[in-house]
Amino acid sequence: MPTSAIEVHNLTVSYNQRPVLWDVDFTLPEGKLIAIVGPNGSGKTTLLKSIMGLVPLSGGFARLFDQPLADVRSQVSYVPQRESVDWDFPARVKDVVLMGRYRPQNLLRRLTRLDREVADWALEQVRMKEFAQRQISQLSGGQQQRVFIARSLAQQANLYLMDEPFAGVDAASEKAILELLLQLKDRGKTLLIVHHDLNTVRQYFDWVVLMNTRLVAAGPVEEVFTEANLQAAYGGQLTVLAQVADRVQEGGFPVRKKEVKI
Amino acid sequence: MDAIWIILTGTLVALCCGLLGSFLVLRQMAMVGDAISHAVLPGIVIAFLLAESRDSLPMLIGAAAVGVLVTVLIEWLHRVGRMQADASIGISYTTLFAIGIILISYFTRQVDLDQDCVLYGEIAYVPLDTWILSNGTSLGPRAVWILGGALLLILTFIGMGYKGLQLTTFDASYAATLGISTVFWHYALMSTVSLATVVSFESVGAILVVAFLIVPPATAYLLTDRLPVMLGLSALFGFLSAVLGYGLAVATNGSVAGAMAVAAGFWFILALGIHFIKKRLHAFPARRKLPESYI
Repeated sequence: MPTSAIEVHNLTVSYNQRPVLWDVDFTLPEGKLIAIVGPNGSGKTTLLKSIMGLVPLSGGFARLFDQPLADVRSQVSYVPQRESVDWDFPARVKDVVLMGRYRPQNLLRRLTRLDREVADWALEQVRMKEFAQRQISQLSGGQQQRVFIARSLAQQANLYLMDEPFAGVDAASEKAILELLLQLKDRGKTLLIVHHDLNTVRQYFDWVVLMNTRLVAAGPVEEVFTEANLQAAYGGQLTVLAQVADRVQEGGFPVRKKEVKI
Repeated sequence: MDAIWIILTGTLVALCCGLLGSFLVLRQMAMVGDAISHAVLPGIVIAFLLAESRDSLPMLIGAAAVGVLVTVLIEWLHRVGRMQADASIGISYTTLFAIGIILISYFTRQVDLDQDCVLYGEIAYVPLDTWILSNGTSLGPRAVWILGGALLLILTFIGMGYKGLQLTTFDASYAATLGISTVFWHYALMSTVSLATVVSFESVGAILVVAFLIVPPATAYLLTDRLPVMLGLSALFGFLSAVLGYGLAVATNGSVAGAMAVAAGFWFILALGIHFIKKRLHAFPARRKLPESYI
């Protein structure tokens, strides 16, 4: 019987007395590739952070594999937004990936040979092995993202929470990352991913969590990713996006990225 | 012989400060180092009054505690009082430093400290204050022993805590998700910086400690992209600053600590020049690489 990977109950988080998450409630199954989708400022990042215990909760709780985070920490891995760190930090790719092997228990000790082997394996998984000695500031956005994912893989977890792994990455990196996520899913891992590109949700994901401060809907993509739910999550913004899409089609908007279609 | 003792003292100060300062620079907390170096003053004065000696262990720890207190105060003003981070720093350390100045001027007769010494230090007098055993053997300047002990402690701290310091500096939230306490490493670093400031203060004074905390690490940061190398280069530039500074002080017959800080600035400018030239040389191939990765 499949158990729940993530259970979020009445989760409320506020900042400066303003709610960022309000009474969010859902249960997500194991072994799925799950997107969190919602407009900017809808609390997607905060949701991941509150599940990882990084922000104080005003109410509610999150449980992972039916246990509190503290008991299953070693099974859970978090990939923060790429922009959240200073990439000019003096470190090489290898150094960052090895951080995935740090634990409170081994922090004062040297890393073992196994740790190094796992880090090498993780770099291979994201197809960055030849970059191991490269200074991290000399990577493209997509490569930096892959380094972060490799660091997370080095944790050898069962549940991965990733904040916008596809944001600002080149096509080659997007393809590499997607293939990797699918592989992880095939190995029975659960992946919860903050995603911003509505066009690819159907194509990439099994489940979707639609939100806008409150939960709009959570469930399998074919059931939940509907026009009505998108309207509820994005409200008036969808029409703005549609107008932008029209302008792009008319060729009036100099957008080099993918076309915006909804 | 005095010259060697003075250069050795300067080097020890530069090493203690530069190694820890590297982490401050990378954490973008250079000004917190400034704050700590000033805030320890009331701690030092009070410890003087209570212990009636300068080098006792309780005094060092007591004074260092005030340095940690200022970081707590800064955090509190910023988080709870909702002040901007730089304003919190400005409020906390000036207040504590001023309290120290008042204490010195009020207890001027009881305390063997004067305001000039507090501000600028007097490294030139270091060789005079020697540690003499009961049988009359002189073991050299007291300051060298104290600084040497502190350096040993700092080396042990960085050696053992390297991974913790590196990870919490680079990506604190990720560290927290691994179950590693970022608060512990923050205060461990702050306490050690505080201790380094207290032991260095007598030689170089409250104002110049900042130069030793920040300038050699900043110089090293420009020249390398590896953390262990940055720590090594900070130490090297600390040593070079002490040597060049001593020469400069002798040549100008001026303040030794001041000359050492100026020398640190000289090495920094030199490194900045090298950094710019390196950037020029690398700019072209780097630009050529971009289109391949950004489609």
